[in-house]
Amino acid sequence: MNCQEIKNLLHAYSDGELDAAGCLEVERHIQTCPGCKQALENLSVLKSAIATAAPRFKAPTNLRHGILAAARQAAATEQPRATRPWQWNTLNAGLAMAASVMVGFFIALQMNPRENKALPIGELASAHVRSLLATHLMDVVSTDQHTVKPWFDGKLDFAPPVNDLAAKGYPLAGGRLDYIGGRTVAALVYKKEKHFINLFIWPSSGSQGTWRRISVNGYNLINWNTPDMTFWAVSDMNPGDLQEFAEMSRDAAEPGERK
Amino acid sequence: MNEDESTAQFEQAILPHLDAAYNLARWLTGNDQDAQDVVQDASLRALKFFGGFRGGNSRAWLLTIVRNTFYNWLEKNRPREVSTAGDEELQTMEDPSVDPALLLARSSNIEAVRSAIAELPVEFREIVVLRELEECSYKEISDVAGVPIGTVMSRLARARKQLQEILTSKPETGGRP
Repeated sequence: MNCQEIKNLLHAYSDGELDAAGCLEVERHIQTCPGCKQALENLSVLKSAIATAAPRFKAPTNLRHGILAAARQAAATEQPRATRPWQWNTLNAGLAMAASVMVGFFIALQMNPRENKALPIGELASAHVRSLLATHLMDVVSTDQHTVKPWFDGKLDFAPPVNDLAAKGYPLAGGRLDYIGGRTVAALVYKKEKHFINLFIWPSSGSQGTWRRISVNGYNLINWNTPDMTFWAVSDMNPGDLQEFAEMSRDAAEPGERK
Repeated sequence: MNEDESTAQFEQAILPHLDAAYNLARWLTGNDQDAQDVVQDASLRALKFFGGFRGGNSRAWLLTIVRNTFYNWLEKNRPREVSTAGDEELQTMEDPSVDPALLLARSSNIEAVRSAIAELPVEFREIVVLRELEECSYKEISDVAGVPIGTVMSRLARARKQLQEILTSKPETGGRP
C-alpha cells in the first residue's frame, strides 16, 4: 500500500474500526514511514484534545422533567386533557394513543413486571448512565476505602460498607451521593478495565439470600440484601463478571450501620 | 397500568439517551435554548412514532430523530447554514501538512478546540460529535446521519483535517476566541 492508501485507513485505525488485516498493514507501514507515523500522531493529538476540551452537555433538569411530564400525560389516556404541564401544548389524543402503544411495548420487554413493581430499576440504570455521561462519576476520588468511607460521614443517615476489591481485580475508584427512589443513597464506583460499576447502597430490611438480576437497555443490574442494607450493582459489563463482582462485594462487606 | 408504572417504563427507555440527545442538539444549534426546543420537539416525535420502532438500538433511533428535527429547525430558522457537503472521494484529499508542534500546543487550548469544532459546517460537526463525544460506531453514525459508511469515513477525515487546519492556522488568541 502506498502512503495515500495508508492515510485513508488511519482514521478507521485510530477509531478502532479497522479489521485485523488492515491494522497489520498500518502498523507495518508506520514503522518505516515517518510521514504516516506523524499523521497518526497528529490524529491522536486531535482526538485527545477533543476528548479533553469538548464538554458532553447534560440535558437540563427542566427539559428532562418536561419530557417525563408529557409522557405521563400522554399515558393517562383516561383524562387526556386534565392538566397541561410544561409547554407541551401540542399534545393530543393521537399522541396519547401512541404513548399507550409504547408503554405496552415496554411492559412486554420486562421479564416479570409484577416482581419488579416496587423496584427502581429504571432509576438505577439512569443514575448509572448519568454518572458516566455527566463527568459526575465521583465526588470523592480515591482508591482507598479508608478515605471513601469517612467521606460519606455526615452526608448520609447510614454508614455504607466500603471495600476495595483491587486484590480481586475490581479496584475501588471513588464514591458519590446519588438519589434513588426518593432518598439519598451511597454510590461506590469500581473499575474493571474500561468498564465502570456503580454500586448503589441504602438501608433496608429486604429479604436476604436472593440474587435478583435484571437487564435494561444493555445494562446489567444485580441486587442483593444484607440484614441492614440493599445493594444494587449496575454496569455494562457482562452478567457473568458482574455476578462475580457482586459475590466478592457481598463476601467482603462488613455489616453497615444505621444511624 | 397506573401512571407511575407507565412513566417508569418511559423513563427506562428514553432517559438513558436524553443527555446524548441534548448533547448532539447543543453542539448543532450552538446554544441551550434552541437545543432544548429541538430535543423537546424530537421527544414528541419519538413518542408519536414509537409504534414504528422495531427494537434494537434505541440510542441511534432517538439520535436519528433529534438530527432530523434539527435539520427541519435549521431550514426554518437559519436557512443560510444549510449546506450540502460535497462528498468527494477520499483519494482526492490532499495530504494535511500541519506543524505537529503547533498542533500539539494549540490542542491544549480548550477554548481554541471548542471554537474550532463550533466553526465546522454542521454536516461535519455532527459526525465529529457523534464519533468523538458520543463514541458512536461508524455503523451507528451511518444510521443516524442517513449516509453510507463510506461517506461517514470521508466526512470524518475531512472534518478532522479542517479541525487541524483551523487549530494551526489562527494566531494564538490567548484562550479567548
